[in-house]
Amino acid sequence: MASHAHAATTGHADGHDAHEHHHYTTTGLDHRKIAIWAFIGSECMLFASLISTYLIYKGKSLVGPFPHTEYVNEAGKVFKPILDIPVTSASTFVLLMSSLAMVLALQAVQLKGTPLAAGAGWWQRAERSSQLWLGMTALLGATFLGFQAYEFTSFVHEGLTIKTNLFGSTFFTLTGFHGAHVTVGVLWLMMLLWIDRTRGLGPKDELIVDICALYWHFVDVVWIAIFTLIYLIQ
Amino acid sequence: MSHDTKHAEHAHPTGATYLKIGLILTIITAVEVWAYYIPALVASPLFNPALIIMSAAKFAIVVLFYMHLKYDHKLFKALFTGPLIIAMGTITALLFLFGKVKL
Amino acid sequence: MATIAQPSHATHVGASAEQTGIWSWITTVDHKRIGTLYLWTALFFFLVGGLEAVMIRTQLMRPNMGFVSADTYNQLFTMHGTTMVFLAVMPLSAAFFNYLIPLQIGARDVAFPRLNAFSYWVYLFGGIFITLPILFQVAPDGGWFGYAPLTSNQFAPGPNIDFWVIGLQILGVSSLAAAFNFITTIINMRAPGMSLMRMPMFTWMSFVVQFLLILAFPPITVALFFLLMDRFFGTTFYAIAAGADPLLWQHLFWVFGHPEVYILILPAFGLVSEVLPTFSKKPLFGYNVMVYSGIMIGFLGFGVWAHHMFAVGMGPVADSIFSLMTMLIAVPTGVKIFNWIATMWAGEVRFTVPMKFAIALIGMFTIGGISGVMHSSPPADLQQTDTYFIVAHFHYVLFGGSIMGIFAGIYFYYPKMTGRFMNDGLGNLHFWLNFIGMNLTFFPMHFSGLYGMPRRIYQYDSGQGWDLFNMMSTYGTYLLVVATAVFVWNFIRSRSTGAIAGNDPWGAATLEWSIPSPPPEYNFAQIPEVTSRYPLWDLKDPKKTAGIDHSHADAMTITDAHAVPVHEETERHTAKELGIPMPFSTAKPLFTAFGMCTMFSGLLFLRNDMFAVAMTVTLTGAAMLIGGLISWFTAPLE
Repeated sequence: MASHAHAATTGHADGHDAHEHHHYTTTGLDHRKIAIWAFIGSECMLFASLISTYLIYKGKSLVGPFPHTEYVNEAGKVFKPILDIPVTSASTFVLLMSSLAMVLALQAVQLKGTPLAAGAGWWQRAERSSQLWLGMTALLGATFLGFQAYEFTSFVHEGLTIKTNLFGSTFFTLTGFHGAHVTVGVLWLMMLLWIDRTRGLGPKDELIVDICALYWHFVDVVWIAIFTLIYLIQ
Repeated sequence: MSHDTKHAEHAHPTGATYLKIGLILTIITAVEVWAYYIPALVASPLFNPALIIMSAAKFAIVVLFYMHLKYDHKLFKALFTGPLIIAMGTITALLFLFGKVKL
Repeated sequence: MATIAQPSHATHVGASAEQTGIWSWITTVDHKRIGTLYLWTALFFFLVGGLEAVMIRTQLMRPNMGFVSADTYNQLFTMHGTTMVFLAVMPLSAAFFNYLIPLQIGARDVAFPRLNAFSYWVYLFGGIFITLPILFQVAPDGGWFGYAPLTSNQFAPGPNIDFWVIGLQILGVSSLAAAFNFITTIINMRAPGMSLMRMPMFTWMSFVVQFLLILAFPPITVALFFLLMDRFFGTTFYAIAAGADPLLWQHLFWVFGHPEVYILILPAFGLVSEVLPTFSKKPLFGYNVMVYSGIMIGFLGFGVWAHHMFAVGMGPVADSIFSLMTMLIAVPTGVKIFNWIATMWAGEVRFTVPMKFAIALIGMFTIGGISGVMHSSPPADLQQTDTYFIVAHFHYVLFGGSIMGIFAGIYFYYPKMTGRFMNDGLGNLHFWLNFIGMNLTFFPMHFSGLYGMPRRIYQYDSGQGWDLFNMMSTYGTYLLVVATAVFVWNFIRSRSTGAIAGNDPWGAATLEWSIPSPPPEYNFAQIPEVTSRYPLWDLKDPKKTAGIDHSHADAMTITDAHAVPVHEETERHTAKELGIPMPFSTAKPLFTAFGMCTMFSGLLFLRNDMFAVAMTVTLTGAAMLIGGLISWFTAPLE
């Protein structure tokens, strides 16, 4: 049966009899994991539409501020190129590291209960702490949101709002959509952390951590695309 | 069931692998940002393609390893790559239609 | 198994006591009941959309009629299109997705029963939200395509378009949620032995449609979000004065809009692919090719959208590419037509009412398809675009195709859903009135269109050669009213007076016919193991399926411990008696759907600068949504 070959990915991995307690599924996979991948497929089109719009309107704004070039308005006021590459590089790094923490959180949940080898060091112990990595992921995600809040407010102070020009409309909407996804992800992670603290997450809960992780990594890869296409390419 | 031979073949990477991947991602990002600050590179016609390739590499690494698509059921590969191809095609077609890329 | 077999005509005998009454419908998570809700609601909206069409046609009956004002006319044609696409044809298809997919694949429900209920309630509330304004003359008036910047504040300052933007956003949530659900259901809940290439053709076409839904709705969600931001928060996405491109909306809309066309037609293709083999007593001709052509149509459907925009001047390269792609997509569609004809060829054809509708689909859709290929050529399209020729074309594919297919499906599956046949005489009357009325309405539009009559005009002068054709179209519409009245009468009356139908009244081949009509709450007392595409014909008439692949020499061999051979179930029990766990009934999906719609509708108050009211309504809705979700996810399913 194909279902058994893939038991490890479906939350059935905790014992021989687990299969008996679950509904029969054709592929042996859990419904929720199929649904989240279909959802991620759909999200590809959502961000494709947003990114396309940003790129289509790139360089079409009639007034500044502009992302990569200086703008002088009729009154002679100078607007510097508005994108802050150092700050965004830092936030990009933070989000990348959150993906690392997320994958370690999933591993910690899978490893829970397996005995530590004798003489295991701090890292082996840390690898088994799902709370540490879930908390770390949420914290890094929140830090990213903090960077974004700082970026948005400083742009507004420099004279770029969602109404200013095409760049403002498309930029705030695209990154705002992404930020909303990160926010949902942080809340989701905090819920998992809460479950972990109250009843403990173990290998049998692999699936619920896995689907959150898939969502989180997807939000990260979207940012990888955004960082290059919006921030770095001029 | 979790330790049968089939599962062993599909073993997930270990924590060390994840750390290495994190390092690779960081290095690529550092190279991208570094290139941004070298005017000669930015002026080069290869700048944009190079950045897009690096970004695509990071994208692929995260999807294959962190989202463990490389090790997972082929169904998930289909559920992701099908829509991704249509999404990429749509972006390309739209950019062409609005004169952002030329044939 | 000691229970005495109930006669299968006992419509309500199988249902347990707690399953009747309005509350049972509000809290239902049973895919069959949700399918029934979809069916009734969508038929209601079909009548609403039809009424709007009658008013449009009455206004156009003679030159310079004054039946309605120009403003009302705009609202009527906008709501006719919006209603028929989003509130009638799509949900009628959804009714069949809900009712049939689990039965055809041998499952007891969908993958996420509560999400399924949520989809329905969101559809109902969204439908009401977008339909009510027409009673107050503030209905959307920008066309079903809502071209921005025409729909931006500058040109549409009233609340009309607000209802459209928010309403479609709500309806999109319903379609997306349902699509994720059905994708998971079809992938993961097929009975043992039902490989993908053994699925009934309706399930296959539905499977393709779900992917079209999840990929086509995000672009329109984004386009609508931009419009919403422009209208309520002053962004510049469609503001030409700020440098915006007037084609952005058109492209994003048609990236959605063209796959949407296939979302509307493929379920009907699936339905007739069930009807034709049954009444020809032959397996579907070229099953594999039918599957592949369906997938091809779905895939190519994402590469043809700009053929709706040849007139905007995209340049020779773009025009050529999209023209070629459009001609290419006619190939898999044509393949289907020929396969249906070959299915009937040399079969023992029985001309029942569903069969007549199915054959009508083949003929009428072919006419619409051919006129479609005509304007796939940009030079021809430049003559035809925005004329009644286009109206004729897409009504031949949507009425002659989708609606004919859906009627075939309704007459075919009515006995399964209710346990009774629809009246045959009335059915035949409906068919002929419908068939003649449809052709009388839409065929003359080819001529008025080629004579140059533009779409969306509310009056026209005499002496342009359009008068006769418009008169014919209007009388055709009145004939369709009579036809629809006959149908509605038949549909309602037959529930209590129709002839009794057993498990398998038509001698069909797929799993849904192996269980009582109407099916018990658990569908299958024992999940069958499937060994071919036509399990019931294997059982009853193996000669018919001799040429079909079977997995075992003996079609009744069992390889899965969870399953039993394909069999007929005639006894009725309750799920409790059989020890089958069923999902709990719950009103949480309804509550959550209501919260979400409330949240969206708060935006309406921004129009009048009622910021505090808007915030209150939106936050109340959001609180209901979040509370509903938390309570939903923390409650066990069964």
